Amino acid sequence: MPLQLKAKIGLPKFRIEKRPPPPLLTRVKWYILSVAMSLAVGAILILSAGVNPAVAYYHLFSGALGGKLAITETLWRFTPLLFTGTAVAVAFTCKFWNIGAEGQMLAGATLAAYFGVTFVGLPSWVLIPLVTIAGFLAGAAWAAIPAILRTKFGADDVVTTLLGNWIMLYLVGALVEGPWRDPYSLWPESPAIASAARFPTLIPGYRIHIGLIIAVLISLLFLLIMRRSVWGYQLKAVGANPRAAGFAGINVSRVLITAAILSGGIAGIAGVNELCGTHFHLKGIAMGAVGELSWGYGYAGVFIAMLGGLHPIGVMLAAFFMAIMINGSQAMYRATGVYSPFWRVMQGVIMICLLIGIFMINYRVRRVKE
Amino acid sequence: MIGEVITATFVISFLAATLRMTVPLLFGTIGEAFAERSGVLNLGIEGMMLMGASVAFTTTFYTGSLWLGVGAAVVVGILLGLLMAFLTVTMGAQQHVSGLAVFFLGMGLSFYLYRIFVGELGGVPPTVTPFRPVHIPILGDIPVLGPILFQQYILVYIALLLVPIAAFIFDRTTLGLQITAVGQNPKAADTAGINVFRIRYLCLLVAGALSAVGGAWFSIAQSSMFLPLMTAGRGWVCIALVVFGNWMPYRILIGALLFGGIDALQTSLQAVGIAFPYRVLQMLPYIFTIIVLVAVARRATYPAALLKPYRREE
Repeated sequence: MPLQLKAKIGLPKFRIEKRPPPPLLTRVKWYILSVAMSLAVGAILILSAGVNPAVAYYHLFSGALGGKLAITETLWRFTPLLFTGTAVAVAFTCKFWNIGAEGQMLAGATLAAYFGVTFVGLPSWVLIPLVTIAGFLAGAAWAAIPAILRTKFGADDVVTTLLGNWIMLYLVGALVEGPWRDPYSLWPESPAIASAARFPTLIPGYRIHIGLIIAVLISLLFLLIMRRSVWGYQLKAVGANPRAAGFAGINVSRVLITAAILSGGIAGIAGVNELCGTHFHLKGIAMGAVGELSWGYGYAGVFIAMLGGLHPIGVMLAAFFMAIMINGSQAMYRATGVYSPFWRVMQGVIMICLLIGIFMINYRVRRVKE
Repeated sequence: MIGEVITATFVISFLAATLRMTVPLLFGTIGEAFAERSGVLNLGIEGMMLMGASVAFTTTFYTGSLWLGVGAAVVVGILLGLLMAFLTVTMGAQQHVSGLAVFFLGMGLSFYLYRIFVGELGGVPPTVTPFRPVHIPILGDIPVLGPILFQQYILVYIALLLVPIAAFIFDRTTLGLQITAVGQNPKAADTAGINVFRIRYLCLLVAGALSAVGGAWFSIAQSSMFLPLMTAGRGWVCIALVVFGNWMPYRILIGALLFGGIDALQTSLQAVGIAFPYRVLQMLPYIFTIIVLVAVARRATYPAALLKPYRREE
């Protein structure tokens, strides 16, 4: 009887078969097809806003890459995205599901703001490293809590890291609306940090600053760690199979907590980057939901890490792509009126298309003849 | 100071508020229980809720009908559940990544669609006439109990009804047993003639529909407008509550009431103007969720096949 039932409803029209890793060309083909597929879905979204997709995309890409100002602005957005993307990639490599980069950014910015506002007299070469380290430590501490809760108590890290974002958001809100509020400012924000704490710009008159160099250096360091160090190997081993890694003598808890500290620390520096490179004041809550300072970069980091396949170079490319999308979306909005949250939708669209692409790389779909 | 605040009216309005705060959590968590019992972690729930909030608002805004708004949320929830099922069940993609993809899609699309159909964010947002509490005759006039239990929103009753219904389905029906079997040992279930794929699809559709209605609560009942990320992490709280409830509806109800209580406490205290920074009060529900999760995590018995895609090796 059960067999009959199975025959009735279980007949697949298609069969999915695992296939051996295909040649590089096939992989590249599917990655490109995934991007094309997501741009096509994006075109539908643009069309539904009543705009010609070709025109909109032209403004998007020329707005992000056409001319010196556009490129420096894109790089200026690329910087925090590279930080958060790298931060999340470090954590995800060992399957510590850190989606709390947003909160860790804010934690970093908060402590950095404390130092930046307090130590006014210090010279730049002391103060900038000081605030950066402070940001690293605060972000690291904020990420270490969920890691410890997971390793000691088995609490799900997805939930704890994410809820940490909200706690930190309200904490920052409480500070800048209360004790830290600049009495001379019209809106809730801290007093400005010392000018010695500000990141020097790279090209006079443009917004890109030394944060870009720090971000690239950290990304290269991540590459080096993954390629050359025992710890990088352990990170991957824990990510691939924590049990097996444990049997092989790797201290899984320690790897997870270290990864969380590094991940949160890098996200913390992203917060410092925004504070000392862009805003100069610790700012409050935007749209009731994200830090005005972190602005969703922490969430975008999750997307970037996954789009980049958790590989340092991939993350760099993905962060640049995201920077184009964000910066270009604003240009597209100014030119055509297609709403700028476009890039937020595209995060989801691209990830889904990429999942389909990866599936097509690993599996073969065959039609089953009856 | 506390004595001045804790009056009978305060307690009554606090308990009534607790029940209201429970609504989105019950919808979301019962939905999540369906998904996870069948072996799929649905991390997209926050995105589904936001889409529910957005679509329900827009539909009500244009048609004036709140129930059409709820219906639209159900439809969009089912669509997102279908997408999640396609990714995790048909393609067998990693469930964490798939869920986050759906979260991003829902988060972005919820305000993209709002801006297409309703207008700019910022400024004074347009509003709809939201659901109103229904005063049940006679029962509603009972002192104390009346205002708490019988002057509530219809969605409150529906949410509370979900608990016994889900418990009945899980424990007393063939379908419930099939769901559990698929979530514990899909291979054995398949051999016994249960269509693993169909059960998981079904559960994700239910999860999508329920969480979207939970999201609709925010825009057309609790408030009368749509704001970006207005669900404020409630979807993620649901994921914690499922663990707290050990995937059992009645325990989930307890968790939802506890969380709803903390949430109601912070809003009630804000409302009476207690001298305490309200931002700190706003943190309480999240801190509480983490503490609860830590307390129960070790004792939780996760469905054995959770996170594991099923594929027939023939």
